[in-house]
Amino acid sequence: MREELIISGRMNPMVDPTLNIWHWQIPLYLFVGGVAAGILFFASLYYIMGREKKYPAAIKWAPMLTPFLLIIGLGALFLDLNHKAFFWQLYLHIRFESPMSWGAWALLVITPLSIVWSATWMKEVFPGWHWKYPILEELETFFIKYRFVIAWIMLLYAVILGVYTGILLSAFNARPLWNTSILGPLFFASSLSTGAAVIMLMAKSHLERNIFSRIDLIMIAIELFLIVHMFMGFQASTQVQIDAANMFLGGPYTEVFWIFVVLIGLILPAFLEVLELIGYKIPIVITSTLILTGGIFLRFIIVYAGQASRYLYE
Amino acid sequence: MRFAMAIDTKKCVGCSDCVVACQTENAVPIGYCRDWIVEVNDGTYPQLEMEIRSERCNQCSNSPCVRCCPTTASHYDYGGIVLVTKHKCIGCGACIASCPYDARYPHPKGYVDKCTFCVHRVKEGLPPACVAVCPTKCLYFGDTDDSRSEISQVLKKRKYKRLIPEAGTNPNLYFLI
Repeated sequence: MREELIISGRMNPMVDPTLNIWHWQIPLYLFVGGVAAGILFFASLYYIMGREKKYPAAIKWAPMLTPFLLIIGLGALFLDLNHKAFFWQLYLHIRFESPMSWGAWALLVITPLSIVWSATWMKEVFPGWHWKYPILEELETFFIKYRFVIAWIMLLYAVILGVYTGILLSAFNARPLWNTSILGPLFFASSLSTGAAVIMLMAKSHLERNIFSRIDLIMIAIELFLIVHMFMGFQASTQVQIDAANMFLGGPYTEVFWIFVVLIGLILPAFLEVLELIGYKIPIVITSTLILTGGIFLRFIIVYAGQASRYLYE
Repeated sequence: MRFAMAIDTKKCVGCSDCVVACQTENAVPIGYCRDWIVEVNDGTYPQLEMEIRSERCNQCSNSPCVRCCPTTASHYDYGGIVLVTKHKCIGCGACIASCPYDARYPHPKGYVDKCTFCVHRVKEGLPPACVAVCPTKCLYFGDTDDSRSEISQVLKKRKYKRLIPEAGTNPNLYFLI
């Protein structure tokens, strides 16, 4: 038997014994950013495709939430900073090698876009709404004229935001659990799924609810495939990544991940959606809540477990 | 110019003098350290082996911390030393998460802090504080681009290893074995 004992004279707060630099703020931001990206993706996509009459919840109602979601996310990001007084330094540099940098810039583009997009639909969503100042009326007519252009830019930035929430983590090769390119597509699929869940919740017509139920079902299938794929990739990789996967395959994160993310967040809502599609009456609140819960748990577990996964050297 | 450090694991006794010297020289906040001692005990009694290492930031040539910094606060400086500009650092923690050696920590004042190879001393021609105080003279500091420097000579003569080279960081701490 080989025994190994490593003693280190280091005990830096938030770094030792395992990294604990990111707390609730980052996973919360990844979740709300993801939901906003999902909603705006469907809103701009279906607007471009001319489905304005068919999918009002996706194009007009759900986007009303996105400015609030993005502002909550930005607030959480700000709270995460340790040197808050210098946050403006983010907007003095463009660093393409740093996901944190282009995430910050993407947010600077998509947050105002989401506000403009919501504002142009205010009169349709809230009949009787009128802008207090004439300049706002003029701006509204201007933006309504260019809605199509806004939709295209928003579509692009929704994809960037959705994928970025995963790439932010996968760019760190020091944390073997995060260091997989599957994380980008996985988080994007999850953001589309959670975005569709919010749209389902707000949809009034049976047709719209039905189509987003189907979309969500496809997203859940993709997520399940990517999760299995991710663990297969880890198991076939280096020792540090095998160790990272083992945190979920018998290790400390096994129960919480497979029960709350996979079972309650993916398989159960997929089952309910199938029942709904073949004709049973399932309250949409239950399905949507399960999907959103799964989305939150996925972000929290990946962020916390990733910090516990590391290179251990002899 | 490429500053590097060699640590003779056969001579290091783990006295922690380098740690205390660093904390004093750089006014490191209490409870934190920029360099540290790792003691590895290996094998089963009576076949035991022990290695003691004085570790610090590896001042990597391909630093993930410099790459992921969104504000260029983390940068390559004099002789390839990786430094953090305090007034540019927003304390986002990306560099801390990116370091496979966990060599960085958040300073209580908010910015991120780490070993600087005592660049203020090096610029004056002095060795880093840890090297200057080492009672067993197990630390070698110098320019590996200069083939006549003491560290280049030592690395030519002795066998060495580097920590986690597979992380692709191209570290500049050499552990003589």
